[in-house]
Amino acid sequence: MASHYEAPIRKPLVLGDKGYHDVSVDIAAPVEGRANRQWWIVFSIALAALLWGIGAIVYTISTGIGSWGLNKTVNWAWDITNFVWWVGIGHAGTLISAVLLLFRQKWRMAINRSAEAMTIFSVIQAGLFPIIHMGRPWLAYWVVPIPNQLGSLWVNFNSPLLWDVFAISTYLSVSLVFWWTGLLPDFAMIRDRAVKPFQKKIYSLVSFGWTGRAKDWQRFEEVSLVLAGLATPLVLSVHTIVSFDFATSVIPGWHTTIFPPYFVAGAIFSGFAMVQTLLIIMRKVCNLESYITVQHIELMNIVIMITGSIVGCAYITELFIAWYSGVEYEQYAFLNRATGPYWWAYLLMMTCNVVSPQIMWVKKIRTSIVVSFIISIVVNIGMWFERFVIIVTSLHRDYLPSSWTMFSPTFVDIGIFIGTIGFFFVLFLLYARTFPVIAQAEVKSILKSSGERYKKLRAAGQPLHPSIQSSPQMTYQEDIPERVEELVEKIEDEVTDTSTDAGAKADDLLASLGTFNPETDKADDLKKIKGIGPQMEATLNQIGIYTFDQVSKMTSREYDMLDKLTGNFPGRAQRDDWAGQANNFKSNS
Amino acid sequence: MASKVIHAYYNDDDILMQAVKKVKAAKHHIEEVYCPFPVHGLDKALGLAPTRIAITSFMYGCLGLIVSIVMMNYIMIQDWPQDIGGKPSFSYIANMPAFVPVMFEMTVFFAAHLMVITFYLRSRLWPFKKAENPDLRTTDDLFVMEIEAHGNEAELQSLLASTGAIEIKSLEKE
Repeated sequence: MASHYEAPIRKPLVLGDKGYHDVSVDIAAPVEGRANRQWWIVFSIALAALLWGIGAIVYTISTGIGSWGLNKTVNWAWDITNFVWWVGIGHAGTLISAVLLLFRQKWRMAINRSAEAMTIFSVIQAGLFPIIHMGRPWLAYWVVPIPNQLGSLWVNFNSPLLWDVFAISTYLSVSLVFWWTGLLPDFAMIRDRAVKPFQKKIYSLVSFGWTGRAKDWQRFEEVSLVLAGLATPLVLSVHTIVSFDFATSVIPGWHTTIFPPYFVAGAIFSGFAMVQTLLIIMRKVCNLESYITVQHIELMNIVIMITGSIVGCAYITELFIAWYSGVEYEQYAFLNRATGPYWWAYLLMMTCNVVSPQIMWVKKIRTSIVVSFIISIVVNIGMWFERFVIIVTSLHRDYLPSSWTMFSPTFVDIGIFIGTIGFFFVLFLLYARTFPVIAQAEVKSILKSSGERYKKLRAAGQPLHPSIQSSPQMTYQEDIPERVEELVEKIEDEVTDTSTDAGAKADDLLASLGTFNPETDKADDLKKIKGIGPQMEATLNQIGIYTFDQVSKMTSREYDMLDKLTGNFPGRAQRDDWAGQANNFKSNS
Repeated sequence: MASKVIHAYYNDDDILMQAVKKVKAAKHHIEEVYCPFPVHGLDKALGLAPTRIAITSFMYGCLGLIVSIVMMNYIMIQDWPQDIGGKPSFSYIANMPAFVPVMFEMTVFFAAHLMVITFYLRSRLWPFKKAENPDLRTTDDLFVMEIEAHGNEAELQSLLASTGAIEIKSLEKE
């Protein structure tokens, strides 16, 4: 038998009195509810930024790369900075879901879904930059090794830029299937809760007909594990290869063997910071504070602090090695970085990336939501400047002092960057409204070991499962109506048997809800209410409840009575808020 | 031929596991169990064979590695050898270090995608596939055990009732 034991010293990962059904309700709520004003406001801003970006991209492609701020000395600047920045952000998702899965870190389950979504969306942004930079993006397929019409020319497999093509496309596509496979059971949950036919259709389509057989789950778990094993070296390889774009060149400041680990650490650093930014907002907006707890924020802060320290070590090592190498060009590149005309960018990078995460050593600070949010944004600003410093300061003063220059971006450079931020948020906001943002099936599987309700039960020495009922509800296809009849008779018997109290209550129930007159009133389809199946509807009808109007009048007093009468799923009516749902249906009809 | 099946509903994974063991001990064949989330140890309790999907992934990975080597050998060494940066393309092995990143990426690409495709086909998952779970609640919080009845319905039902099922349904299945 599966053991749900977890040391009592571990803090619960799911707060509140949550059972399996509560998890479904909470995770489905943002998808089933309506978008509020703030969502529309933020979405409009993001959409406007995206449109501005599209304008800038169209201008670049129709006019030429000359519309950017590049010059003959600094011939690679904002585009590649943005590319590396976005790819770096795209590292946390796979890291959280793959590496933390291999290490069996249960806290990943609250954040992996959104982190993976963020990964995919930011890699899409990253991919845009090389394609735009090609100048003629409709020829982007030339990077693929296909026999072509221009003679037997092939792509160059010695070039790190081509390795990048392979690395990024493998990473994007593998992350996508990893994400989608994990989504299947959760889409299925939303599919089976959906009441409107359109939503039912869409979620049936995207859930690929997930059924949840024991064999499916066995394969599902194995596939997740193997994908995690494949994705872990993959995620490390991607930023390693991105760093090769620089490290295999002969430019002082780029030609550095420390680049691969240093870039990977930086990528994890900025990726976690972006996850932190997004999830601090999301837990509030989607009411997920029970799942994404302060403990999750603290753990992410610790990862940010550690990777920030690794990045800091790398900066200092770079400086030391430049001095120790004895190569004057190398020495000058680093001296110029820190004290040259771009000293302010270097200082910004050092403060944001090395100094700011160090305050996380204080427990009070790393458990503060406001400070975590600010630091997460500061870190991403710092990481953008890190790439800018590496790229621009290494180029702007090259071997030939006569060609030394400065770089300044044009409005087109800035427009495209803002456009990708807009695009990213458009995708993420749409995701937050239509996808199950937490891997609910996984959360349910750890609920008994790490949920607060079950931790309390265990501490009290009580069993973790409901007591076994002696008389299950038996139904046969042929005689469902008879069974219901019997059930109601039984209920009525009980009511009359225990005459005074319960009998009065049963009458009370109808008295307070109003009676149903078949001649004047029309019976509603009560099954539309979540939590009411055909069975429950039949039971309610037998009691005398036929309309939404009656259900909408139910309060906790009536729920209790109903529970006493039916004995099924105590407390469910209240948790699903039948009255509230019925009220909606009533006003809609 | 239509046969009769019994669906026993459970609302807890621990009770389900005990029930599976009890039903197994009574020498009944459990047709299927539908779960809302993975229940660890259920496959063993049901006597399901271990999945071989990881082995297929390894083989797909090997295939990817071979494809990448054959491809780059043809493109870089055979078809159009070039002298790039003073590093002439004489033989695959001499130029191999530059090919390692792509060899790795293609290995992962093949291993991951073909394994997932295998999984989708074996578990019959694809767009427009209709879900086959017997009850909508099996993706929420209920577990359903399906047992075929061969004229021993009453016996099965009393057995299932004693295992803590909250609902027992018997129905015809084509």
